[in-house]
Amino acid sequence: MSGPAPSIFTPAAKALAEKLGLKMGRANLDEFAATLLDLAKVNHSIVAVTSDSRGSGKLGPFGIALPKQLIEVGIAEQNLVGITAGLAACGKKSFGVSPACFLTARSLEQIKNDVCYSDVPATLVGISAGVSYGALGTTHHSLHDLAVLRAIHNISIVVPADNVESRAAIRAAAESNKPIYVRFGKAAMFNLHPSETKFEIGRAITLRDGNDVAFIATGETVVHAFLAAAQLAERGLKCRVISMHTIKPLDTDTVLRAGRECRAVITVEEHSVRGGLGESCAAALIQAGVSVPFRIVGIPDEDTVTGAQADIFRHYGISMEGLSDVAVKLLK
Amino acid sequence: MTDRELQLKSVRLRKKTLEAIYEAGAGHTGGGLSCLDILNVLYNRILNVSPKNFSNPNRDRYVQSKGHSVEALYAVLADRGFFPEAELKTIGHYKSHFVGHPTRHTPGIEMNTGALGHGLSICVGMALAGKMDNAPYRVFTLLGDGELAEGSNWEAAMAAGHYDLDNLTAIIDHNTLQISGRTRDVCSNEPLDEKWRAFGWAVKVVNGHNFAELTAVLSQPAEKGKPTCAIANTVKGKGVSFMEDVAKWHHGVPSEAELKQALNELDAAETKLQEVV
Repeated sequence: MSGPAPSIFTPAAKALAEKLGLKMGRANLDEFAATLLDLAKVNHSIVAVTSDSRGSGKLGPFGIALPKQLIEVGIAEQNLVGITAGLAACGKKSFGVSPACFLTARSLEQIKNDVCYSDVPATLVGISAGVSYGALGTTHHSLHDLAVLRAIHNISIVVPADNVESRAAIRAAAESNKPIYVRFGKAAMFNLHPSETKFEIGRAITLRDGNDVAFIATGETVVHAFLAAAQLAERGLKCRVISMHTIKPLDTDTVLRAGRECRAVITVEEHSVRGGLGESCAAALIQAGVSVPFRIVGIPDEDTVTGAQADIFRHYGISMEGLSDVAVKLLK
Repeated sequence: MTDRELQLKSVRLRKKTLEAIYEAGAGHTGGGLSCLDILNVLYNRILNVSPKNFSNPNRDRYVQSKGHSVEALYAVLADRGFFPEAELKTIGHYKSHFVGHPTRHTPGIEMNTGALGHGLSICVGMALAGKMDNAPYRVFTLLGDGELAEGSNWEAAMAAGHYDLDNLTAIIDHNTLQISGRTRDVCSNEPLDEKWRAFGWAVKVVNGHNFAELTAVLSQPAEKGKPTCAIANTVKGKGVSFMEDVAKWHHGVPSEAELKQALNELDAAETKLQEVV
């Protein structure tokens, strides 16, 4: 590919972000790697396991600084998860780091049995998740990971939106004695939260309040919902924006409150519309008897359009403009 | 414990295994009987594990990759005092933690297994942790020969060789049969010894029903700087004439008459062993 990848933000979105004072951070993946290194320097039981993925996982500096705390297994994701589980069973705080597409498909059985069923304190880090690999195509996309892991007992699923959430998620994982899956993208992200924001796995963070439309978004899509809400405010609509960084266990209270208090609910995810955040919220709402105009924005169940992450987002309306449009239509 | 005492114990544990499977109405008979002598040697001569030290981080680790042979493992663990033998009557029952494959809810079991091709990777992780901590423990896994068709084993074998894991021993229950017949006919994996050697392992081939040979190969790593692969040649259904080397006993459950005949044969073997001075 020649030239830089297309921007994930339109000029209008970028201008609004600047007006709102959002500061561009680094990729969540970089934040993850830096945080893990900081933690591992102090806690020597932390071990990173990579499948020829230390470069893509930004763990090069980790490997140089703490070579004894990094295990390289080669291109062998099933082995990566089994080894991560074995390390965890013997007192290590292990982090298995591999592209989300391979980690959660090829080694799904190891995740299910060796980590979740055996209940070891391992963290699995899905890197370059969703459509982060964009133009590399469907082999490299993970649009299924939230769905398949949701159906597996005993694993928390965390999808941080910005650097602040990423750092906090890794710190929480390092202190947890339960299986956790954390998924990161590789695009630089605007920081949405002040650095001292309280982060708790399973507890959503409300970024903006309002009762017209509630955007419940996760991961790298949250910023687009945040910008859409700001854009809609200029039209007089008050929108709530919720960063649902934990897909499981779902913060049902926050979802139900949004459904009861807002005129419409829109979920947004970098994942198939099947089985991810949207259907999870829909199930929570309908089982609680909450009926509200509702849309799931994500990647539809079709042959995914080709292009960079930005192209794919724009195509499927995961953008300030696209989400504003869905909101206006849903309120009609 | 002398070889003869172990032999006697094996005969009794075979009976317990068969009774447990009969009682449960389901189970993996052939492979349980083929690996029973291996388990007996492991738990009574090799592993430094007991109900008392099972939370000691320096205990040896045993992960049964061929999880389906769980009834034999249950019988051995009960004999070692991890739980009362009477609990084996609850195998497969509603809310019993004695499931048809090993789980950590059962005292003495390290990891949940049952899907094939998982144990070796887990053990590589355990052995790596041991190396990192300079811990004295050793790590053992038991694999079926049919199980070796799972490609994940070879990912793990490669990593174990790469990391010089001489604290790791993989035992192959080489009974040459799997559910649908001879392993060589289903999808041949021979020559096993050359394969493991090529992956960087020290390989020993032993008679999997000979206590002295098993003890010798399991007592220490075969070679410094290399993981050990003990290919234990065994007989599926070992100890019961009509079950020996017959594929259908992979998960065959004896009828009442078959159980009676099997127990009679094992009683006779026990009596014979007791007569030997």
